[in-house]
Amino acid sequence: MSGGDMSDIVITGVGQVPVREHWDVSLRQLAARAILAAIHDAGEQKPQALYISNVLGSLLSRQANLGALLTCDCGMGGIEGTTIEAAGASGGAALRTAYLALRSGQVDCAMVVGVEKITDVVGPGVDKAIAETLDTDYEGMLGVTPTAMAALLMQRYMHEYECGHASFADHPLAASIHAVGNPNALYRKALSREEYEKSRPVCDPLNLHDIAAYADGAAALILTRSELVSKDFKSIPVRVSGSAVVTDRLSLHDRPDPLAFNAAGISISQACRQAGILPGDVDILELDDAFSIYPVLSVEAAGYAKRGEGTTWMKATVASGKPALASMGGMKARGNPLAAAGVYQAVEAVLQLRGEAGDCQVKGAKKALIQCLGSASATAAAHVLEITQKS
Amino acid sequence: MEIPRHWRLKQQRYALVGEVCPHCDAKIFPPRDVCPECGGEAREAYNFSGKGEVYSFTRMGEGPAGFEEQAPYTVALVKLAEGPVVTAQLTDLGDTKVEIGMPVEMVTRRIRQDGDERGMIVYGYKFRPVMQG
Ligand SMILES: [Zn+2]
Repeated sequence: MSGGDMSDIVITGVGQVPVREHWDVSLRQLAARAILAAIHDAGEQKPQALYISNVLGSLLSRQANLGALLTCDCGMGGIEGTTIEAAGASGGAALRTAYLALRSGQVDCAMVVGVEKITDVVGPGVDKAIAETLDTDYEGMLGVTPTAMAALLMQRYMHEYECGHASFADHPLAASIHAVGNPNALYRKALSREEYEKSRPVCDPLNLHDIAAYADGAAALILTRSELVSKDFKSIPVRVSGSAVVTDRLSLHDRPDPLAFNAAGISISQACRQAGILPGDVDILELDDAFSIYPVLSVEAAGYAKRGEGTTWMKATVASGKPALASMGGMKARGNPLAAAGVYQAVEAVLQLRGEAGDCQVKGAKKALIQCLGSASATAAAHVLEITQKS
Repeated sequence: MEIPRHWRLKQQRYALVGEVCPHCDAKIFPPRDVCPECGGEAREAYNFSGKGEVYSFTRMGEGPAGFEEQAPYTVALVKLAEGPVVTAQLTDLGDTKVEIGMPVEMVTRRIRQDGDERGMIVYGYKFRPVMQG
């Protein structure tokens, strides 16, 4: 197959393991379970290349070179396999890499697996490792963590727009309610507004329920070009109609306006332009909600809401359900397996578009926009996924 | 132990030495040899005054490894008088209620200790409230 044609890139298989504290399961086992599930879901289609999103393997499991490890473990020895790392945006960045490989014509079937094994280490060592996604010399080495960065943003936001902590409740509450129907979610209990407002202070003004818990997870996708999908394929291919990765200055202190999540906004407009849609056209909007301030800044950056009106937009949108936010629990309730989070977003969107999302199903969903962020929008990956007609 | 890293950073940590851009006169911290304003090469050292004000702040209830014993502590984005913003801990707060816009000045303090009691002690910049009067 020659490159340069504009055939569709489609997702034909998805797999995931429940997000948990999997004390008895290793990084390689987590990844293998998701990989095998995706291959099975795709009708035993085998990839020619494996793109792995992972941040903490070297730091917490002391394991690098996952490409060789995971391909051979899963009976795919010899194929291309490499790790893609962009902090919390790794999953989206790996999907983007698979998309480009297929577009180039060099690869006909690609797999993405996002895997993060958090619980090989317990306590402050985990926070230290995750802080390596910041500027180590000028942030991490001073005792600053991504949680503190989110708190600095929220404090400034509350100061500039004179709003209180309670106005950030809507996204986390919606996420918690949606996760009740998702068997792969870490927390399946709907939060009340009072529980949100009165949760334990962690990093002023962030409380416990402003923070998505880190946990172990793995999720996988199989992708190919539409003309290569077998006539016998039993499921419905989901088209990747827009794909973008954008970076910003790594540190908040280097940005002229830290509350402007520029990379988040630009990546959404690029992905939507490529798909030929407007951001408001989607039925499902899956934002990065690692911290409750992130989705607020993201919808302002993407133009859903004016600056300072993101929390108001969030309240109205949760009420209308159009688009559906965090439809299977988001990071807040599904859990945040850092590099795998963006791949879970894609898996969940595929299930929604196929109509296989069970109790979480958004009726008639045809278009989904998913976005994951590396640190506080230092890297942003956005993808538009759309249902195709079964051929 | 990361002795080369700490040695390399000591000018910045002890004296807030950044750079000034010869093309557009922007003051740069942290130094990076490329001007973030105009993209030109910028390698000339510049000593910051260490004066600034709080742009945002948070009190961290728990610290990552290496900082557990210091917690709780306050971290801030400090807008320096010369323009750049720096991330740093606040110190010597006493009963001071931290607020956005509060004037602060740089001091040198212990930042962290690597590893056990034999680990290397790292010193560097923190900011304290400017004494009134
Ligand atoms: Zn310049």
